[in-house]
Amino acid sequence: MPVKFEVNGKPVSVDVEPRLTLADCLRHHLRLTGTHVGCEHGVCGACTVLVDGDAVRSCLMLAVQAEGAKVVTVEGLSNDDDLTPLQKSFRKHHALQCGFCTPGFITTAHALLTEEPDCDADRVREVLSGNICRCTGYIAIVEAVLDARSAYKKTTP
Amino acid sequence: MKNTFIGASIERREDLRFLRGRGIYVDDLTVPGLLYAVILRSSVAHGRLKSVDTSAALKIPGVHAVITAKDMNFTDYPAGVPIVPMRLQPLPEFKPFEQPVIAYDKVRYVGEPIAVVLASSVAVGEDALEHIAVEIEDLPPVATWRAAQKNESILFEPTGTNRSLMFEARKGDADTAFRDAPYTRRENLRTGRHYGLTMEPRGVMAEWDAAKNKLTVSGAAKVPFFNRRILAKQIGLAESDIEMIENDVGGGYGARGEFYPEDFLIPFAAKHINRPVKWIEDRRENLMAMNHARETEADLEIACNRDGTIIGVRGDVHTDMGAYMRTNGAVGARNAPQFMTGPYRVPHHKVDSHLWMTNKTPVGTYRGPGRFEGCFYMERLLDMVAADLGIDRVEMRRRNLISKAEHPYKLATAQPTNAHDQTDSGDYHATLDLCLKEFGWSEKSKLGGKLVGGKYHGVGVACFIEGGAAGPKESARLEINRDSTITVFMGTSSVGQGVETIYAQIAADALEVPIERIRHVYHGSTNTVSDGYGAYHSRSVVMGGSAVLVATEKFMATLRQAAGKRLGCAESSVTLDVDKVVAGGFSLPLGEFAGLTAESAFLNHKHTYSYGSHATHITVDAKLGHIEILDYLVVQDVGRAINPLTLRGQVIGSLVQGLGGAVLEDLKYDEQAQFLTGTLADYLLPLASDFPNLRCIVTDDHPSPINPLGAKGAGEGGIVAAGGCMANAVANALQSFGVQPRALPLSPTYIWELVQAGQQKAAE
Repeated sequence: MPVKFEVNGKPVSVDVEPRLTLADCLRHHLRLTGTHVGCEHGVCGACTVLVDGDAVRSCLMLAVQAEGAKVVTVEGLSNDDDLTPLQKSFRKHHALQCGFCTPGFITTAHALLTEEPDCDADRVREVLSGNICRCTGYIAIVEAVLDARSAYKKTTP
Repeated sequence: MKNTFIGASIERREDLRFLRGRGIYVDDLTVPGLLYAVILRSSVAHGRLKSVDTSAALKIPGVHAVITAKDMNFTDYPAGVPIVPMRLQPLPEFKPFEQPVIAYDKVRYVGEPIAVVLASSVAVGEDALEHIAVEIEDLPPVATWRAAQKNESILFEPTGTNRSLMFEARKGDADTAFRDAPYTRRENLRTGRHYGLTMEPRGVMAEWDAAKNKLTVSGAAKVPFFNRRILAKQIGLAESDIEMIENDVGGGYGARGEFYPEDFLIPFAAKHINRPVKWIEDRRENLMAMNHARETEADLEIACNRDGTIIGVRGDVHTDMGAYMRTNGAVGARNAPQFMTGPYRVPHHKVDSHLWMTNKTPVGTYRGPGRFEGCFYMERLLDMVAADLGIDRVEMRRRNLISKAEHPYKLATAQPTNAHDQTDSGDYHATLDLCLKEFGWSEKSKLGGKLVGGKYHGVGVACFIEGGAAGPKESARLEINRDSTITVFMGTSSVGQGVETIYAQIAADALEVPIERIRHVYHGSTNTVSDGYGAYHSRSVVMGGSAVLVATEKFMATLRQAAGKRLGCAESSVTLDVDKVVAGGFSLPLGEFAGLTAESAFLNHKHTYSYGSHATHITVDAKLGHIEILDYLVVQDVGRAINPLTLRGQVIGSLVQGLGGAVLEDLKYDEQAQFLTGTLADYLLPLASDFPNLRCIVTDDHPSPINPLGAKGAGEGGIVAAGGCMANAVANALQSFGVQPRALPLSPTYIWELVQAGQQKAAE
């Protein structure tokens, strides 16, 4: 079944089985392997991507449901030259170890900070509680997200 | 230039790829012609496998083959089916209990592999599973160690018993000591069934090159060199015919990277069908196929003098081993009785450990194996004894901690493996004092048992030691690149701890070059060094780091020799200056010596013991059984901190895993040994909102005398004391109900039941 959507700013067109998840489509058809699959039942959040700006579990969404949508993955939130302020903050606070859950945390935190650059620690914890990290114990992740808020604040004229 | 990278919080080089989604994990690999393996697993806990009919599955378009035990005819094995041997404690007694790579006569747990489908996609393979007809004659399942003990239904009939072994932990003369003791107390204590759940499920990709007689296996982790030896023997190849490739690894915790049935099945499948094959575990499989751990019941007695000094411990520990003795399956069951005394002076010790085979997923190690369980027993006993004898809990610990002058202190010996062990160095009292001071114990402990705003406050304290640095050796190799940089090759593995950064720090300090000159650090694959051991027993920094040190010495000697000859100068005058080799007024780019390489190994048969204390302040809702942590502090002395930033990550990370085991995690089975916790909605892991108030302090005041770095393994101290500390805090909070938790996890239901029982008793 053909489906067209936009990934990281570029239009893509793929022919997929209706049952294919968006996660598998991104990973195996479009070879965007930064999006990770940790549970395939919507609990762990490793596969979180942005769909029209919202943080979405790509294992719970079918690729065909992405028709016409703007999808952004961790690759789309990165550039070659340097880490982004959010990524730098993760590195500074040692908010990752094995790195497997990290793309899901980056996408989730990016969506949160874009919408709510003034969020407090409780709000960060509430939102991040949809993503599981087994290495860090979360303390450093929360610190990293809080520390990155300034980069998302709109400069007032 | 004198470097100080060691001891500095250097940001990790690994992060640059992980943060941008550029890590390459095994499922990110693909090759032309790849087939996908999907595994049919037993849905029956215990039964005779009568037949497996794959004919309907083979008719499905896209299914290329279905492998069963019938496809295997390896003459080295009685049934033709290879067996997975034990890596640690490979005693002859365990032989009959080892796992075949695929079920052929019996199935012994829900999740045991029965058939492997090779298909053009995972989806097609999963469709085919439903078309394989399996006939299993049910046998009575053994769902608990108590049922195993009856020996009515026996998993391995020829052995005549469900007990694979009994370890004996011994020191002094416990029976005599107990006979004369002025005070004893006996308790039954239990720990739940956990596992080292990795966020990345396991995976293997195997490529067989028939022309070159070469097997390449990606997805290796933890112990690739050892696993290569196993696979070579099983599959009938030379070790040098096999390359094990480590990719980025999404967590280890002791569980990932051991040799599992799939580590034979996938390479076998690739060779069998002469095409590359990849298998990626899904989460449900992972929950029922990766090593379980921790489920014990202990019947223990402690003897003390009236002043609280411990005379001895004795009793029995029963471990629910699951269905097979896996590669490292005996470690926890040996450690729990041997190391339960932790940092405390215990002159007499006699604990038997019984390994009971049940129809559950087999066990292996999980971070702090046996030590989490043993620390829980000991810390619970100490609090109960202190209350009996009217001694303050902290004072009780102070009186029994091994003193600085007593190192090396001999721990109990475990038989039949004759496992001796001893501490190395440290001031256990100082660490406890620092912990209590920074925690604010004197103030917070006043709240113990008080009801404030509808919740009972409680504080708990627990002390631990953490064994690390398993030998016998580890290797490192340095090589000069054309661009005048240096590459480090390691025999250890990465499971996410950040070893690339750590080894670069150590190498740069030793060579006195900027850290960027250590361009790459490769590890975990069998092509890095001639022989490697891997990542387990908190050994990567001590063993791998020390190997880097000795390899840099050999590297410099080799370079001096080559440069001296080339420049016509005395070897002793040759120095390395960033990217140049300098001697007697001459200078050459280091790249002129490209290819120059030196490998060396660090040998060690002693263990390091980092140590410390945990303190926690919690509230308990007696009506709901809910626990909230208001403050939790771990203080750990690690001998020498290489990178405080990543070290703190290890401490807090392992602490939260420990808290998961203390209050949330439990792998459940019903009375038919049917697996009940097959999703992450059933097996509860800590979330970002669960434990916000955690702190740690790491010190390095007492270097280890047994390695040149002075470092001690430090990846497990956070987990070891978490169960004991939390249970002690719950007892303290709910003292008005007379509550004494004797089991983990401290689930809301369990706490509610304890409160109910306490209230009932008070009413009677």
